[in-house]
Amino acid sequence: MTTRIDTRFAELKKQGRSAFVTYVMAGDPDLTTSLEIVKALPKAGSDVIELGIPFTDPMADGPSIQAAGLRALKNGTTLKKTLELVRGFRKDDNVTPLVLMGYYNPIYIYGVDKFLADAKTSGVDGLIIVDLPPEEDEELCIPALKAGLNFIRLATPTTDDKRLPAVLSNTSGFVYYVSIAGITGAAAADATAVGEAVARIKRHTNLPICVGFGIRTPEAARAIAEKADGSVVGTALVDALKNSLDADGHATAKTVSAVAELTAALAKGVRGAQQAAE
Amino acid sequence: MNIAKPNSYRSGPDERGHFGIFGGRFVAETLMPLILDLEKAYTEAKADPAFQAEMDGYLKNYVGRPSPLYFAERLTEHLGGAKIYLKREELNHTGSHKVNNVLGQIMLARRMGKKRIIAETGAGQHGVATATLCARFGLECIVYMGAVDVERQQQNVIRMEMLGATVMPVQSGTRTLKDAMNEALRDWVTNVHNTFYCIGTVAGPHPYPTLVRDFQSIIGNETKAQMQEIEGRLPDSLVACIGGGSNAMGLFHPFLDDSTVEIFGVEAAGHGLTQLHAASIAGGRPGVLHGNRTYLLMDADGQIQDAHSISAGLDYPGIGPEHSWLHEIGRVNYLSATDDEALAAFQLLSKLEGIIPALEPAHAIAKVMELAPKRPKDHLMVVNLSGRGDKDVPQVGDILKGKSK
Ligand SMILES: Cc1ncc(COP(=O)(O)O)c(C=O)c1O
Repeated sequence: MTTRIDTRFAELKKQGRSAFVTYVMAGDPDLTTSLEIVKALPKAGSDVIELGIPFTDPMADGPSIQAAGLRALKNGTTLKKTLELVRGFRKDDNVTPLVLMGYYNPIYIYGVDKFLADAKTSGVDGLIIVDLPPEEDEELCIPALKAGLNFIRLATPTTDDKRLPAVLSNTSGFVYYVSIAGITGAAAADATAVGEAVARIKRHTNLPICVGFGIRTPEAARAIAEKADGSVVGTALVDALKNSLDADGHATAKTVSAVAELTAALAKGVRGAQQAAE
Repeated sequence: MNIAKPNSYRSGPDERGHFGIFGGRFVAETLMPLILDLEKAYTEAKADPAFQAEMDGYLKNYVGRPSPLYFAERLTEHLGGAKIYLKREELNHTGSHKVNNVLGQIMLARRMGKKRIIAETGAGQHGVATATLCARFGLECIVYMGAVDVERQQQNVIRMEMLGATVMPVQSGTRTLKDAMNEALRDWVTNVHNTFYCIGTVAGPHPYPTLVRDFQSIIGNETKAQMQEIEGRLPDSLVACIGGGSNAMGLFHPFLDDSTVEIFGVEAAGHGLTQLHAASIAGGRPGVLHGNRTYLLMDADGQIQDAHSISAGLDYPGIGPEHSWLHEIGRVNYLSATDDEALAAFQLLSKLEGIIPALEPAHAIAKVMELAPKRPKDHLMVVNLSGRGDKDVPQVGDILKGKSK
């Protein structure tokens, strides 16, 4: 099976370019604005979209992303509506890979089989579920692979060489390297250390490796893009969105453009990396 | 009847930390290597007689064990049924059962060479116990506590600070125990290399529910021996309150295979089961949070709901996974008591026995008030008096003053 993710990374490889991956929260600040934001991301230069599934208790996320999730929940976002949002996005875009990222409980309550079927028909390509380590693969990872979705695993600085094969065994699409031991929105990663980690993981897999957590600026994205197959930016985009809201937390005329403009600047940084490296 | 029963109710979990469908290890990859290290360290410690001997020494001379099994004569007379015994965990150093578990985990942390200890706390009892043992062994101690709980349990905050711990008020989410646990997990993910997370109840990713249960089982083991000595036989029933469920599991576990012993866990029904409460089994369903699958309070979309109890220590939207299993398999009966019932029990025990209980075990006493009168006079009932009420005196005092006006 070849997914949109596989196709996209194959194309990027041909172009000799590193991927720019953007993360936003589904339904933040409301479902209508959120759909516009997701539609704007590829136009602004995002190669792969990660869409957060809001959850009350996101234990590996920092305050920005937790607040984004709570905004989305307050405005009525559910997992079902998140899938509808993906379906809305797919009406105009059938090529940009879209990965859902979140925690297991909303999926478990939705029902794993029903969720996988609905996600597939909505146009979801892959899943990143933070609280499902390889030890719990039977819950969702293996059924997802059977349903034709990529299951993207996180590797971290604590994942040593002994453990890497277990982490990589059922992973597909790409590997998400979390560049710091910490939560989203925390300290920036050091590009040299990231380079070493990426080289270490490459010894165990041929999958593309994208690096995330702590990347906020075009310069940082560029430094990571020189070392990895992709860089992921989330908190900085979520913060840009939040800063565009009015005093009551509602979207303004600037909300979509605030996210799109930062995306464009970051994408330019990432693309500059390849030109500089050539 | 031929309902399939396990050979033993005490043999769980399986090697992957499952009690039936419950338990497991639902955590971020960053934590997995550490959790596997902890499991290994615990397995080795259990097999090391020196570890147990060292613990026994501190349990006796520092914690003050064994705790008495006290015949509550006036409560028994008043209720007019079962003979009621109180397992006096409130007499432990630091005022609750929490210290049994913390001692064990701090001994493990020392074996693992960890110098920085983090903990989450609701009522503050687990935080105080952790701060106490960190002081005793010269370890850095950081306690996460919901901002709401910091307000209502001021005295324990001051105690923790006197013991040298740093109390971190948690402003996220509902600002209670579940958010304190999220925040502690975030700290752990960030400081995974030098930090030991001392969990306060029989919940969290495997092996925590097991190791906390094992450290608390001293309650049930002592009760068994003491009852043998006093009455020459096993008790007929056990009653304990449930927040996460560690004091209950500690009392229950050694008796699970004694089929004549009836077992009751008491959840917090808050304002009532149709309103705000903290009764995960009575009002929840199986879900995944904080590293394990267990009964949780949540909405139709799997979002975690606010728990409410008058008692900060019971105010948690989940319950330990082994309890969820014992409920589904029918070995333990899970009941619930409201805020008002707990308050009435708090006053009754104080006046009749001269023992001011914490609001948490007051929930257990509330159900004893219902159960005991229906049992014969030779029925032996043991209630776990998990903690003393010093921390709750200001809160209950305010409520009673408000009521009498
Ligand atoms: C005295 C006392 N009893 C009971 C509890 C509830 O915890 P668990 O159910 O884990 O025993 C607490 C928690 O803070 C407590 O302080």
